[in-house]
Amino acid sequence: MVVPLEHVIILSGLLFSIGVMGVLFRRNAIIIFMSIELMLNAVNLALVGFSRYHNNVDGQVFVFLVMTLAAAEVSVGLAIIVALFRNRQTVNINEMNLMKN
Amino acid sequence: MNSMIWLIPFFPLLGFLINGIGGKRLSERMSGIVASVVVGLSFVIGISLFGEFLKIGTPLEQTLFTWIEVGNFTVSFSYVLDSLSLVMVLVVTGVGLLIHIYSIGYMKGDPGIQRYFSYLNLFTFMMLTLVMSDNFLAMFLGWEGVGLCSYLLIGFWFEDPVKAAAGKKAFIVNRIGDFGFMLAMFLIVSKFGTLQFANVLDETSIANLTPEIVTAITLLLFLGAVGKSAQIPLHIWLPDAMAGPTPVSALIHAATMVTAGVYLIARCGILFAASEITMSVIAVIGILTAFFAATIALTETDIKKVLAYSTISQLGYMFAAVGVGAFAAGIFHLVTHAFFKGLLFLAAGSVIHGMSGEQNMLKMGGLKQKMPTTYWTMLAGVAAISGLPLLSGFFSKDEILWNVYSSQFGGNVLFGIGLFTAAMTAFYMFRLFFMTFHGDRRWSGEVSPHESPKIMTIPLIMLAVLSVVGGFIGIPESLGGHNFFHQFLQKSTQDATGYITHHYSSGLLLSENILMILSITAAIGGLLLAYRFYVQRPDIPGKISKSLSIAYKLVSGKYFIDELYGFFFVRPLRNGSELFWKKFDISVIDGIANGSGKVMLVLGNKLRRIQTGVIQNYAAVIFLGVISIIFYLYLK
Repeated sequence: MVVPLEHVIILSGLLFSIGVMGVLFRRNAIIIFMSIELMLNAVNLALVGFSRYHNNVDGQVFVFLVMTLAAAEVSVGLAIIVALFRNRQTVNINEMNLMKN
Repeated sequence: MNSMIWLIPFFPLLGFLINGIGGKRLSERMSGIVASVVVGLSFVIGISLFGEFLKIGTPLEQTLFTWIEVGNFTVSFSYVLDSLSLVMVLVVTGVGLLIHIYSIGYMKGDPGIQRYFSYLNLFTFMMLTLVMSDNFLAMFLGWEGVGLCSYLLIGFWFEDPVKAAAGKKAFIVNRIGDFGFMLAMFLIVSKFGTLQFANVLDETSIANLTPEIVTAITLLLFLGAVGKSAQIPLHIWLPDAMAGPTPVSALIHAATMVTAGVYLIARCGILFAASEITMSVIAVIGILTAFFAATIALTETDIKKVLAYSTISQLGYMFAAVGVGAFAAGIFHLVTHAFFKGLLFLAAGSVIHGMSGEQNMLKMGGLKQKMPTTYWTMLAGVAAISGLPLLSGFFSKDEILWNVYSSQFGGNVLFGIGLFTAAMTAFYMFRLFFMTFHGDRRWSGEVSPHESPKIMTIPLIMLAVLSVVGGFIGIPESLGGHNFFHQFLQKSTQDATGYITHHYSSGLLLSENILMILSITAAIGGLLLAYRFYVQRPDIPGKISKSLSIAYKLVSGKYFIDELYGFFFVRPLRNGSELFWKKFDISVIDGIANGSGKVMLVLGNKLRRIQTGVIQNYAAVIFLGVISIIFYLYLK
C-alpha cells in the first residue's frame, strides 16, 4: 500500500506546527529543545515523502545529513542546558535575560 | 663641472637634515660647526663654478629630474647658473657663511640652537633653489620655502606671544604677494604653455602677447615681489620681523630673502621691460618706499627697527633701479647692500649682545670705548650705506640715482626724491651710530657692556672689509672704471635693457659726475646734521619734534598704516568671523550636528523597547518573517 503524498505533507506540516508552537510558547528549555527536534523530524519526513514520490534518493541523503546534524546539535545543546542549570539552578528561559540592560 | 651644480643646494639641505634629525644629540658646538661647514662647502663650489663660468662664458645647467609631466606640459627640476644666479649664489653662501659663523657666538647657550641652525640651513637651501632654478615653479618652491623659514625664525622664541605673532604677521602678509605670484604663474601657463624661463623670457614669444596680458603678468609678479621685499603697501611685516634673532635679521631680512623680489624682476627683466606701465609703477613704488621708510627711520629709537626701515628704504632703491630698467644697477646695490646691511645688523647684534639684550638706543650711548671692534666695523657699514665716497654704497647708490635720472621711466622728480632720501639715509644712519657709540652713557649700572667674542667680531671685520671695497667691482665708466659688474651681468640682462632707450647725456641738464657730487653733498650734509643734533647739541631733536608735533606723531606712528589695515581689513574680518562663529557656526552648524545626535537618541530610546531579551519573542519574529516570505513567494 502506498501512502499518498498528501498524507505525508499533512502529517509533516502538523508535526512542524506543533514544534513551532512548542518553541514559541513553552518556557522549559528542554521542552523547547525537543520541539526543535520535532521540527527537524517533520522536515525529514517531508523529505522522505517527496523522495519517494519523485523516485529520487537525493532527499533521503539529505535526511541522513539532517540526522547527523541533529545529533551533533543535541549534544552541544544539552551540554549548554546542563551548564546553564548548574549556574542558574533553572531551565526557565524567561529568566535567561542577562543580555538585556 | 656641470654635474657639481646640485651640490651647492645639497650641502645646506644635508646640514638641515643633520641638525634637524640630530637635534639635542648634537652638542651645541657641533651643531654650529656642521651648519657653517655645509654653507662653506657650497660657497667653495660656487666659487669654483664661478671660475668655470668665466672660462666658458655660457650658463651652466644641470637637470636633476622631471618634476611634473601632464600632457605636453612639463616642469623639470633643474639648476642653472648664469651670471645673475652666480652673483646671487655667491652672496647667499658667502654672506650666509659669515652669518652662520657669527651665529655660533650669538646664539651660544640658547637651548634651541640645533633647531636654529637647522632652520638656517634649510633657509640657505631654499634660497639657493630660488636663485638657481630654471623655471617659475621651482623658483616658487624656493620662494615659499624661504617664506616658511622666515616665519619659523622670526618666531624662533615662540614662547613670547609677541614674537610668535610677528612670525604670523610676516607669513600672512607674504601670502598676499604669493597669491599674486601664483596668479601670474597661471597666466603664464595659459599664455605660454610652459614655465621654463628659457621659453617665457624670450623676445618673440613675448611679442606674440597683447600688451595688456604682459602688463597683467608683470604686475602680478611685482605684487609677489612687493610682498617678499616689503615694499609699500606690504612693508608692514618687516619691522615686526625684527623679533627674530639678530643674525636672522641680517641673513633673511637684510641680505638675502627680502632681495628675492629684486632678483625676480631682474631675472624676468625682458618681460617687465615689455610693459611700460609696470615699469613706471615699479619705479614709483620703489622711490616712494625708499622715501617713506627713510622718514620713519628718522624717529625710530629701537636700533634694529632703524635698520629694518633702512632695509625697506634700500630695497626701495633697488626697485627704483629695476623699475627704470637698470637691472644691473639694482643687482649691484643688492650685493653691496648685502655686505653693509648684513654688517650693520651683525654689529647691532653685537651691541645688543654686549648690552644684554637692550635694543633701545635711548639707553645706549658712549659705547665706543667698551666695544672698539664693533665701533669701527659699524662705522664702515654706516659710512658705506650713507654713500660716503669710494665705499661700496656710494658706487651702487650713485649708479641707481644716475639711472633714475636718465632713464625714460625715471625723471627729475623721482631723482629729487631719491637724492633727498640719500641725505636722510646718511642722517638716520649716523644718528643711530652717534646715539649708540657717542655721547653720554645712558645705560644703567646693571648692564656691563663688553666686546663680543672673536667668533662674532671676525665676521664683522670681514664684512666691513667687503663693505669698504665691495664697490670696486662696479666703478662707473665716467670715473674711468670699467664697471666689471655691469659687464658681467650683461649676459643676463642685456636683452632686457635692449627695450629701454636711455637718453643718456643728450638733453640732460646734469652729467653723471655732477650727479655724483650732488649725492656726496647729500651724504655729507646728512652726516654733519646728525653730528650736530646728536653729538654737539643733543637738545635740538627734542625741540624740533615739539615744534613739528603733528608731523612727528605721524612719522613716529609709522604713518599709522598698521592701524589703517587693522581698521579696514583686520577688524571687519575679525568681526565677520565672530559673527559667523557665534551666529552661524554655533546655531546652525552645531545645531545640525547636535540635532542629528538627539534625533538618534530619541529614536533609539523608542526602538529599544522591541528588544525584550526574551528569546521566544525573537523566535516568533523569525517565524512570522519566514511565514510572510513564504506567502510572498506563493502569491507572486
